[in-house]
Amino acid sequence: MSNVHPYVGRAEPRVDGALKVTGRAKYAAEFRADDMVYAAAVPATIAKGRIVALDLSRALSAPGVLDILTHENRPEIPESDEPYLNDMVAVPGSPFRPLKDDRIVYGGQAIALVIADTHENARHAASLVAAEYEAETPVVDVAAARGEAYDTFEPRDGIPPPPPPRGDAEAAFEGSAIRLRHDYRVAPEHHNPMEMMATTVVWEGEGRLTIHTKTQGVINPKNYICAVFGLDPDKVIVNSPFVGGAFGMALRPHYDLMLATMAALKLERSVRLVLTRAQMYTMGWRPDTLQTVALSASADGALTSISHHAVQATSRYEDYQEPTVNWSGLLYDCPNVSLKYELAKIDTATPSDMRAPGATLGVYALEAAMDELSYELGIDPLELRLKNYAERDGNDDKPFSSKELKAAYAQGAERFGWSKRSPEPRSMRDGKELVGLGMATGCWEAMMQPHSASATLSADGRLEVACGTADIGTGTYTILSQIAADEFGLDIGDVTARVGDTTLPMAPVEGGSWGAASAGNAVRAACKALKEDLLKHARGLDGSPLSNAAIDHVAFANGRIALGSDESQSVSFADAVRASGQAAVSAKADFAPDEDFSKKFAAYTHSAVFAEVKVDEELGVIRVTRVVSAIAAGKILNLATARSQILGGVVMGIGMALHEETLWDKRLGRVVNANLGEYHVPAHADIQNIDVIFVEEDDKANPLGVKGLGEIGIVGAAAAIANAVFHATGRRVRDLPITIEKLL
Amino acid sequence: MINFGYTRAATIGEAIQAVAGDPQARFIAGGTNLVDLMKYGVERPGRLVDITRLPLKHMEDTPGGGLKIGALVPNSDLAYDARVERDYPLLSSAILAGASAQLRNAATTGGNLLQRTRCYYFYDAAAPCNKREPGSGCSAIGGVTRVHAILGASSSCIATHPSDMCVALAALGATVHVEGPDGARTVAFEDFHRLPGDAPEKDNTLAHGEMVTAIELPAPRFGSNHSYLKLRDRLSYAFALVSVAAAVELDGDRIAEARVALGGVAHKPWRVPEAEALLKGETPSPDAFGKAADRLLEGAVGQGENDFKIELARRAVIRALSQAAAGTPQVQSNKIVN
Repeated sequence: MSNVHPYVGRAEPRVDGALKVTGRAKYAAEFRADDMVYAAAVPATIAKGRIVALDLSRALSAPGVLDILTHENRPEIPESDEPYLNDMVAVPGSPFRPLKDDRIVYGGQAIALVIADTHENARHAASLVAAEYEAETPVVDVAAARGEAYDTFEPRDGIPPPPPPRGDAEAAFEGSAIRLRHDYRVAPEHHNPMEMMATTVVWEGEGRLTIHTKTQGVINPKNYICAVFGLDPDKVIVNSPFVGGAFGMALRPHYDLMLATMAALKLERSVRLVLTRAQMYTMGWRPDTLQTVALSASADGALTSISHHAVQATSRYEDYQEPTVNWSGLLYDCPNVSLKYELAKIDTATPSDMRAPGATLGVYALEAAMDELSYELGIDPLELRLKNYAERDGNDDKPFSSKELKAAYAQGAERFGWSKRSPEPRSMRDGKELVGLGMATGCWEAMMQPHSASATLSADGRLEVACGTADIGTGTYTILSQIAADEFGLDIGDVTARVGDTTLPMAPVEGGSWGAASAGNAVRAACKALKEDLLKHARGLDGSPLSNAAIDHVAFANGRIALGSDESQSVSFADAVRASGQAAVSAKADFAPDEDFSKKFAAYTHSAVFAEVKVDEELGVIRVTRVVSAIAAGKILNLATARSQILGGVVMGIGMALHEETLWDKRLGRVVNANLGEYHVPAHADIQNIDVIFVEEDDKANPLGVKGLGEIGIVGAAAAIANAVFHATGRRVRDLPITIEKLL
Repeated sequence: MINFGYTRAATIGEAIQAVAGDPQARFIAGGTNLVDLMKYGVERPGRLVDITRLPLKHMEDTPGGGLKIGALVPNSDLAYDARVERDYPLLSSAILAGASAQLRNAATTGGNLLQRTRCYYFYDAAAPCNKREPGSGCSAIGGVTRVHAILGASSSCIATHPSDMCVALAALGATVHVEGPDGARTVAFEDFHRLPGDAPEKDNTLAHGEMVTAIELPAPRFGSNHSYLKLRDRLSYAFALVSVAAAVELDGDRIAEARVALGGVAHKPWRVPEAEALLKGETPSPDAFGKAADRLLEGAVGQGENDFKIELARRAVIRALSQAAAGTPQVQSNKIVN
């Protein structure tokens, strides 16, 4: 079997693929318990104001209804914010808690929870809850609130505020012959994963709960629920083995978790709550953002100044932040940079991280402005990027741990045929259609987090590796299995990876693209520790051929530990395990990012995105016919799952450029297109050829050389498409999505 | 979803009787729209009368050389029927421009006529809507109106009819066969759907208890001189912002007869005979098509956000008529607009 190794670096099929396509992979809403009851949340029909009266009489007399929880009758919950801040993704402010009081702070907020014997009865009774409100006028778009924008917020943990200005951007701008200043807007979006938020709380008796909930990290709902309800952590298990897409929305605990747990504790029985598709629009979203970018350059194309200002929506009750403008200080080499980031409060739920939060928006604006600058200068857009290529991170004045962006530009341009582009807008045609070629750069931080993992080898030769991280559909199960199989020279079929359970070694939420690097290195370390232990046991066997062997002098392959110098001298895994006197040998290891390394180096992933569009100008119909995304993201563990991540990111970028927009009615304060029929994500017909290139990049930030790539695929994609639309039509649309009427 | 009664009708007469005698009863066939609306609490029938086993699934040639299509023929079967592909390609094309393969498999011919509007506010049970709750007001006016009507709307309702198939049926001059408690009747297609006026709760002219039993198409005409052009917010699986069903009959290099119907712009497929008459005897040209488009769009009014639909419809009419006259109809599987 040794010829199959290494698994790492190959296009290895998903180890959980068969479970998923046969329906055996269980999601939060699919767990059952004896005597389980079903809950349904009742949404507020105003966006701001207070509940004056609730009439539960019709709902209570509906068939099957067991109980209805409201702010008036709910069990005691803590008054102070403190317990609710047991959320590692919390943002500054006062966290939302459902059924807290009579205040309505956003449209669709849960005002009651109906519990009934069936899902259908709960849903029906929920529609019978009547509320009388005292309504106030909501504000739901950031443009209306920008007059009250502020930058005096407490910084969000882990989100660096914009760096202080360097040089004098304003003076350099005024002193430059070539300059431009434009406003950009990206429409608000929602994540729209296939799987709805759902929580199944299993009442195990004696105060024990097992909670299955949709989450990007089981430890977060566990900490939160234990703090909020004062539960003993030893009596609560959170289990979430599979996640049907999340894109950031399942980082924070949402109201399904708190309400389902509240109901289970009150009724002392198992409860399931699945939110409706419409209710998926009553929580985190990619915030409505207004940006202004000013660029200036000398005639040869060298940037002389970059100014980037963003005003971003947040809720009344929290100061959500994302790194929106910082990218403009590090993507290019520029002496004068001024970055400003402000928030404006509106009457919606708090926005949340959504695939490459901040970068998706900020890099779009910067890369659209860079494209505009290239035309002002009469320099090829790719040439302009190369001219201003940054060898150091200008924000922190540090070298990059690795940066193969030049290779990404070159390989992407070659594959795409960038050299065949004629520079003038409207100069390329195919039949009735105008053809446009555009490009953009993408960037995302290569982050890591402390993770623990375990590895266990049984006498039957099977290896289990475990880590409390999540597989949100990205392929975590598969890459952990690949890494472990390589360490032991095992067939991947003899390896089981486990994630998504609070009984497993500790991991934080899975986000920021840090999962592969962090969980992967933790599993690798656990395997190394287990190998040491096994060798120790093997050496202790009577007459062991390995009695004097050091770990560096043995190889683990073919189910045996063998001397590197003489393969015939070996001990089988089974004998080594038996020598331990146990049925299995287990080891645990912790991984933490190397802080000295990160003090010295800035770690980022990069991309070069090239897009071709064909536009029927008269009718405003845009087709994205080709995208090439060249990625520099360190070592690629699995070419298939990595490619899928980039494809998904590009598809989401096409959605951002052309289709996606959450529409609020400004009078009602509610989302009017809260379904997948009217909120348009790209359909198959919108997606044609997407080509992904992974360029070689040797990174030393961690032993595996992995940077992570769940997010980089979307960054820059929308800008490349919008830039291609300009090249095709000569029309610069600065508010996304570019819908038909914007080209008429 | 509310609890409801369910019966399966064995005969057409039994189905009609069951619904006619119960104001809360509704027919159900494919259910692709009705079940959705029930989940949203928009439709609240007390009883569903399942008509899916009635003998309305066949297509037959008519003595006049036309085609009579049973109301329960699935949209997919209709679109891919060899006779329809050959003789009524405009109809086939319009059906394939709509929904998704799965929905077309479940949806029926009669049901397609009875689709309800996709107005956001009609679906939002908490918002006033004259169509859902007569007399409650129209939330769409002054709200998010980008997808709404530009023609034939009223101060009570600015909703549009969502069907693609119906736009083609309007252009082809179909006839609707209806049976009800008082017997059978036929309705000209243009008289089947209605404008909202002050009674937007009525989408069409069917009386309670009346059932669509068949659609009849006149003898085929127009050959390959037709096109269904649909413009929308993504290239598939979205309702039309504007769609055009166009067909022309050429006499030499002149137009002997033209048909143009618009979708996505009004409470019903929009057809104006005077606009079509303007094309009679004309040589196909953007100018001639533009004049017809202007007549077709006479009186069009936007709500602000949807003002663009007026210009978009004009351009789409010119393009669709050009495609029709050239005998190069829009292909639905390939999204390139020719």
